[in-house]
This record gives sequence, C-alpha cells and structure tokens, in this order.
Amino acid sequence: MLHGPASHSGSDPASRYKARLGVVMFIIYCIVYAGFVLLNVVSEGKAMQAIVAVGLNLAVVYGMGLIIFALILALIYNYLCARKEAELGGSARHGEKGQP
Amino acid sequence: MNLQGTPLSIGIFALFVVFVLYISHFFARKAKSASGYYAAGGQIHWAVNGISFAGDYLSAASFLGICGMIATLGYDGFLYSIGYLAGWVVALFVVAEPLKRMGKFTFTDALDAKFDSRGIKLAAAISTLVVSICYLVPQMNGAGSLVEPLLGLPHWVGVIIVGATVIVIVATAGMASTTYVQFLKGGLLLVFSFLLVVFLLARGVDTQPSSLTGPDGRSLLFVPEQSTPAALSAQGYQLAHQSGSLAKYTRGEQTTWWKRDADGTLWQTQWRSGNLTNGEPGGLLLPVGRTKQLGGSVAGAEQQRTGSVSPVAFLARLTHPDTRIEQWHTARLVDEAGVWHTVYHPHVVSGTQLMTPGVKFKVGTFNEKLNFVSLMLALFFGTAALPHILIRYYTVPSPACARKSTIVAIAAIGFFYVLTLFMGLGAAVNGTINPADNNMSAPLLAMSYGGLLFAIISAIAFATVLGTVSGLIVAASGAVAHDLLDRFGRMNLTEQKKVFAGRIAAFGVGIIAIILGIVFRGVNVSFLVGWAFAVAASANLPAILMLLFWKKTTSAGIVASITVGIVAALGIILTGPEMFAGPYGLSEAQAWHQLGQPGIISIPLSFIALVVVSLVTQKKRAATV
Repeated sequence: MLHGPASHSGSDPASRYKARLGVVMFIIYCIVYAGFVLLNVVSEGKAMQAIVAVGLNLAVVYGMGLIIFALILALIYNYLCARKEAELGGSARHGEKGQP
Repeated sequence: MNLQGTPLSIGIFALFVVFVLYISHFFARKAKSASGYYAAGGQIHWAVNGISFAGDYLSAASFLGICGMIATLGYDGFLYSIGYLAGWVVALFVVAEPLKRMGKFTFTDALDAKFDSRGIKLAAAISTLVVSICYLVPQMNGAGSLVEPLLGLPHWVGVIIVGATVIVIVATAGMASTTYVQFLKGGLLLVFSFLLVVFLLARGVDTQPSSLTGPDGRSLLFVPEQSTPAALSAQGYQLAHQSGSLAKYTRGEQTTWWKRDADGTLWQTQWRSGNLTNGEPGGLLLPVGRTKQLGGSVAGAEQQRTGSVSPVAFLARLTHPDTRIEQWHTARLVDEAGVWHTVYHPHVVSGTQLMTPGVKFKVGTFNEKLNFVSLMLALFFGTAALPHILIRYYTVPSPACARKSTIVAIAAIGFFYVLTLFMGLGAAVNGTINPADNNMSAPLLAMSYGGLLFAIISAIAFATVLGTVSGLIVAASGAVAHDLLDRFGRMNLTEQKKVFAGRIAAFGVGIIAIILGIVFRGVNVSFLVGWAFAVAASANLPAILMLLFWKKTTSAGIVASITVGIVAALGIILTGPEMFAGPYGLSEAQAWHQLGQPGIISIPLSFIALVVVSLVTQKKRAATV
C-alpha cells in the first residue's frame, strides 16, 4: 500500500558521514545554546545586563549571536556535506536542480 | 481601541483571499493522487520549499505573538525568537535527511518505517492530531484578532473566515496549493517586515510619539495623568476600593482606577467592566506604549528624540540604563460591590530591565529558573518534532534537497526573527499597543505609517495564519486519513479514496479549529504556541532521536515514549498556574503546581519511558528478528 518514500532518492554513500557531522554540529550548537540558558539562570539575569559592545548588552549580543551562529553552522554543514556527496557520488542529490 | 476597516484594507484583504483561492483551484488538478495531495508529488524545488518552510513556520505566533510580547514585555518576548530559530538546528543536523529517507507522507511513516507496528501508527497519529490542534488554537485566535481591526468584524467572524478559506485551500489541492500559499506568504512577510523596520529606523525614537492619530489629527496615545490621594480628595473623589497597588476612586456615578507607586503617586489607568470602558458604555481603550525618558539625551529636555538611527543605535538607546519605558500590565480584580474589573495600568521599566530577561520569565526562585530552562528546552527541541514542519520534507525530491531547503529556511526565519525585536520594540515606544490585545502590536505599528502599509501588513498577517493553518490541517488530515484509516485501520483505501478521506478529515479538523479559536480569544498566541512546542518536543522528538541513534529502540518503546510524552506534557499544562489563572478563572495559587512550562519534566520522562520499555522488550525484538 505505497508505504515507501514519496520520491525515491536511491543510495547515499555519504549518509554516514553526514549523520556523524550533523551530530558534531548539533553538539557544538547545543553547548553555545546551553551557555545562554545557564548564564541567565546562574547569574539570575545580571550577567546579561553587562554592556559588551557598541552600547548593546550581553542579552542582545548573545541572542542575536545565536541566530547568526545557527546560519553560519548551517552553511558550513552544507558545504561539507555537498563536498562529500560529490566525492562519493550516489544519488542523494537526485532532483537537486528541480528535475525529477 | 476602535479600528474600523477602510475600503483599502478590505480591498487588499479580499484580493489576497481571491488570489489564494485561485492558487488552490489551479493546483487542484495535481492533487488527484495520494502523493500529489499529501506531498505535492515530492517535486517541489528546494529553494521554494525553504521559503515555504518559512511561510509554514512563521505563524501568527511569530508575527503577531512575538512582536506583541516584545512590545509589552521587552526582551522576554525575544527569547521565543531565539528558541524558535535554534530549533531549526536540530531539524537540520539531526532530522532532515534521515526523515526524508524514511518517510512517505506523514511523520508516522518515518517512525514506523523500521517496524510496521499498528501501535506506532496509532500513537504517532494521535500525537500529530494533539500537537496540530494545540498549534491551531493560537493561529485561529490570531486570525480573529486581525480581522477585527482590518475589516471591522467581530473576532469570531475572523476565525470563521480563516477556517473556511483554509478548508477550501486544503480540501481542493492539498500540499501543492498549501506549498505555494506558504511560499507567497513567507516571501511577502519577509519583504514587508523589513520595510516596516526601515521606516521605524528612519523615524527613530521620540518621547512624544504622535504615531496613531484620530480623525481630528490629534494623537490617540494614552498618556496617564499623575495625581495624589490628597489631590483627588480635593476634587471630590473618594477611595471606594483598594486591591494591591490599584485603587478605585469614585465621585458620584463617576468611577476611576489609579495605580499607586511606592512613593504614593497615583497614575491614571484604563479599565473595563461589563460594557463599560473607562466609565462609558461602549467606550474605547486608547493605544499605549512610550518612552518616558531617552537615555543619552539632554537631561530635563521636554521632548527627547533620536531622529533617524541605525539598527545598532536604536537598540543601544533603548538599552541605555537611563532610558525609561512605560509598559502596560493587566489586572483582573473584584471591587467592593463584587463586580469584576479589568484594569490596564502603567509600569515604568529602565532600559536595562527592558532589554534583559526577567519581566515575565524571572530567574530568581528555583521555580522560576525551572520554568525558564523548561521553556528554552521546549523551544529548542519542539521545532524538529512539529508534524506540519516534518511533512514538508516529503515535498522535495531528495535528502540533499531536504537539507538545502532547511538552510534556506534558517536564513529566512533567522532574518525575520531579528526583525521581530525591532518591530516589537518599535510598537513599545510608538504608542501602538492595544492594551487589551498585544497581538496587534506589529500591524498597529504599520498603521502608524499610513493605511496602505497597515492594509498590506494586515493582509500578510492574515496570510500568515492561512499558510500555517493550511500546513497544520494537511498534517492533521494525513494523520486521520493515511495513518489511522488506511494504515492503522487497514482499510486499504484506493488512491482516490485516500484523497477523498484526506479532504473529509481536513473539513473536520477545520471545524474543530474554528470552535477552539473562538473559545480561546485574547490569549497571547505565542504563549499558546510555546505549549504546542512542549507537547511536540515531549511526544515526538525522543522517539525520532532514539530511532535514529539507538539501535535497541523497539516499537513498544516508541509507543511508550509518545504516550508518556503527551500525557505528561498535557497533564502538567492542564494542572499548572497558567490554566488556573486563565481559562479556569481561578488563581495561580490554586494550581496543583507552579510549573508553567512542562518540557523539563515531560521530555526526560518520554526518553526514560522509551529506554526502559525498549530494554524490557528486547527479548521479544530479538525473537522476532
């Protein structure tokens, strides 16, 4: 009863590499995110009041930094994954340019 | 506030709805097969899918709720922006590609790919329905809030308009039309939010904003009068009732409520009771929110203004320790005659307080710390567990496309969340907060730049609701028709019948959403979505993560994890202080516990249930393998 994927993407020899890389990236971001949460909790918010750059406090800089850091990590992850996929071949990139 | 719809706003709104319905009609022919209906045939380009992700995810909670929270609470609202975006990291690094490889139409397909277990089908489908409905409520509520000022119609009419439009979108063309509605909405939201922030920075901050004006051209901003008990007494007022720092003074038939400072100064408030608003039948609440003092300005100057500012300077001036912002809080209380009053009263905070966490999410006591960590945990782990987000991975052709579309989503969503801080703070200092409903802060900020921008922003905000609700209804209808009827119920539906069942399910879920949207009127939409995230993070994420990374996971373990996650998260929410103080109409003190956010308990419980049950059922697994 059609229980396979909606579109078949075939084998992906880079999948193990990408999964490992994903976990490493995830842990890096987790540590930075946990730092934000813990800094708030441990200092009861006082550390976040410190003005750290151009009149902005740590809360704003760290908060904005978390958003920007997520994008930077994502771009690095994509670059490394795409490089590995090109190196190992396979059909993980099937349909990447919109073709079926 | 009494904001009547103008022909312009009604015209743009109508144009948008007609266009959305045309898209649905156009794609209807592509939705004949189950794959076409539930996954748009798996042929959406990754860039389109990425913006559609943004259109799906940037819901009423993001646009209306977060901006409203930042406007009224300052940085605490921005915590939601940070958490919501961080959740995409989990989606990208851990979930995107494996889920694309394993699934077909629904989140249940992926969980069940290894086991073919009826228990998983049932538990995951129920979880999808519960999370989708938790998420639908705030969206519908936001729709009602929008339509009131946009079209001058009652809240419930707005909810019905959204519900009916979305039922048409989903029932006619399923995921294909939903994708393009979300793409359109995501793109428009980013462009016009950016434009609004550019206008905001060009105006800068002024201690005497005249942003919203009446027909006579005068500012509508409510600036509270200052008084003392002696002065009021000299004017013939008598103290009739006192509740905490709020005092009711009467003179004959005239009633006023005042907020008393620590030094005895009284500040005028706005209030509602029955059909009375500020003492008049059918009276109006006036918009609030202003800078009382701008740090870094000439001290004592009557009017302080920045003129055009850079984004950094805007934030820096508001963060300045000498800046003073007048925020507005709401209190519900009973007077000496036993009559309920809602009093909107001013509360001045410094720039330091405004721009650091602590107005709502205090981190002083153990309980407060627990609530804070719990919220941040739920936001972080919730995104990658939302069924309506997960199903979008099935609309692209390959795992690499799933990854790339997630990166486009992170860029678009991250950019938008940076803008929310500016829009929320902009509303806070420009007198564009409706004290009774902060969800309208961003559209009202747009209104301060003229009717055209307000009409466009409101139509986009309405589209925001349409896009997200469409995604939620696709996910919920997939859970009913594909997971429950076809796979769990083993009805072996044909392609055509599966699509028909999906359409009927979309209709049913749409009706439920309409009813709940009307019932939950007025609650901050972002706060409600925070709970939906907690339920999703508790019920779904442990199962997804352990399935991917722990080989001993069994089907019984997954069922136990989902069940424990849902029951624990909902149980903690329903017996917690927010429900007692809100929908139950009781006090927070009467709640069974003081944990407002369930994630810190329910997420670990769900993991523990999965591990314990999987270990216990290992033998059975080994025997069957």
